[in-house]
Amino acid sequence: MSEIVSAEMVASVWKVVVDVGDTVEEDEPLAILESMKMEIPVLATIAGTVSELFVSPGDIVQAGADIARID
Amino acid sequence: MFDSVLVANRGEIARRVIKSVQASGRRAVAVYSEADVALPFVEEADEAVCLGGAAPKDSYLDVQKILAAAAIADAGAVHPGYGFLSENADFAQSVLDAGLVWIGPDPSVIRSMGNKINARNLMQGAGVPVFAGTEDSVETVEAAAVAAEQIGYPVMIKAAAGGGGIGMQVVRGPSELGGALEIAQSGALRSFGSAEVFLERYVDSARHIEVQVLGLADGKVICLGERDCSVQRRHQKVIEEAPAAMLLPEQRSRLHQAAVVAAESVGYRGAGTVEFLYDVDRGEFSFLEMNTRLQVEHPVTELVTGVDLVDAQLRVAAGETIDLPPRVEGTGHAIELRIYAEDSERFFPSPGTITAWREPVGEGIRIDAGYREGNVVTPHYDPLLAKLCVWGKTRHEAIARTRQAAVDFVIEGPRTNLDFLREVLATDEFVEDTHDTGLAARLRPSKKKE
Repeated sequence: MSEIVSAEMVASVWKVVVDVGDTVEEDEPLAILESMKMEIPVLATIAGTVSELFVSPGDIVQAGADIARID
Repeated sequence: MFDSVLVANRGEIARRVIKSVQASGRRAVAVYSEADVALPFVEEADEAVCLGGAAPKDSYLDVQKILAAAAIADAGAVHPGYGFLSENADFAQSVLDAGLVWIGPDPSVIRSMGNKINARNLMQGAGVPVFAGTEDSVETVEAAAVAAEQIGYPVMIKAAAGGGGIGMQVVRGPSELGGALEIAQSGALRSFGSAEVFLERYVDSARHIEVQVLGLADGKVICLGERDCSVQRRHQKVIEEAPAAMLLPEQRSRLHQAAVVAAESVGYRGAGTVEFLYDVDRGEFSFLEMNTRLQVEHPVTELVTGVDLVDAQLRVAAGETIDLPPRVEGTGHAIELRIYAEDSERFFPSPGTITAWREPVGEGIRIDAGYREGNVVTPHYDPLLAKLCVWGKTRHEAIARTRQAAVDFVIEGPRTNLDFLREVLATDEFVEDTHDTGLAARLRPSKKKE
């Protein structure tokens, strides 16, 4: 099973807290976005291994943009 | 003394300040980022200077660019609004060093109140009530554990350089202390550039009451009554009222006295706010912090007192006398709703283009808005779209008018918190004035994703 985790809103990427190859649990933070002075964690939607990261700190992401793939 | 004022801010507060600057017969200079070029405040100023990119560090937080803009526009004074550089003592000093008038208190006062540990200690020394807490910054878990035992759990960890509810951590027992300390320290470092934190007794059921003061050019401090800002989400205010109707007359007069003492003890000039927390269970007040600037919620005080606080700031800065009694009495009751571009369920930011904007009209209604139809709300700044402020003869009448106005206010495009605000206004707790700062969290308990 593979799942792509996406951003919920337009935001800038403050931090990416996982690396490719990391094992994550469901609801574990993958990245932290910042929008309107609020920090918004992007959480893993399934447990698995981070196989791809689509963003870097400082990037601006639109709503629905891919953040990471979890296998 | 100065015939023009540069407004170093954006959105609704820039618009608000520009209005009073122009009404005083002075020229208003706006500064703006590329993202804000189409906002009303840019158009309404007599002159506008673009600072640069959308990111605050490239525009509204860039001291050199703001000073350069003041030189280009030949401004004589700088009004900082709230947020951004408004409580930055170095900025205030740079403004003075550039030969401009700073519309605010002396930089040394900003500095002494900006460090919350220092402010607490100063206030305690002046006889202002302060909750139990540490007199120095707390660096290690061991030191935090000793302090927390002395204060008694639950305790709150706060950033010394903090404000706006950012980075505060509630600790209910020793097992939570280490993790919370680390989060608080790293959050403080990131948000405020200093990892310094302190501990203070945490109050489960609290009301947030603050007193508006005005330090005059001759050194006297007058009191313009209090505001109740107990409806908060994530430790940030969403509804404010004036006066705080739940206070007994004797409590009110003690609070006003404490605020005046606090302001006088630091030689305060201009508009400032002394914030207190009221412990509902123990019936005790404690000094929280002093905000050395105009407050977001200043309109409710203006609505009940009839005093234009921005005009008063200009007069104090110009060394003019102000004809007001030591205690300005208010009339009636005023309520402010902060309308944010955020959803009403999780309070998540919701930027976007405003496709419809229709403001309510009616007796007692005042709207301070930063946007209009067609504007784009960007993710770069705080989510405040507008402040809906309503006056009534009684609290009951003010609530009824506010409820209707909140129904009539139409904003389409970004999601807003209007549904949430309407829900709060309809709760028994709010109507009966028995709510505390936990109301929003009770209405919207944070839930794990299904």
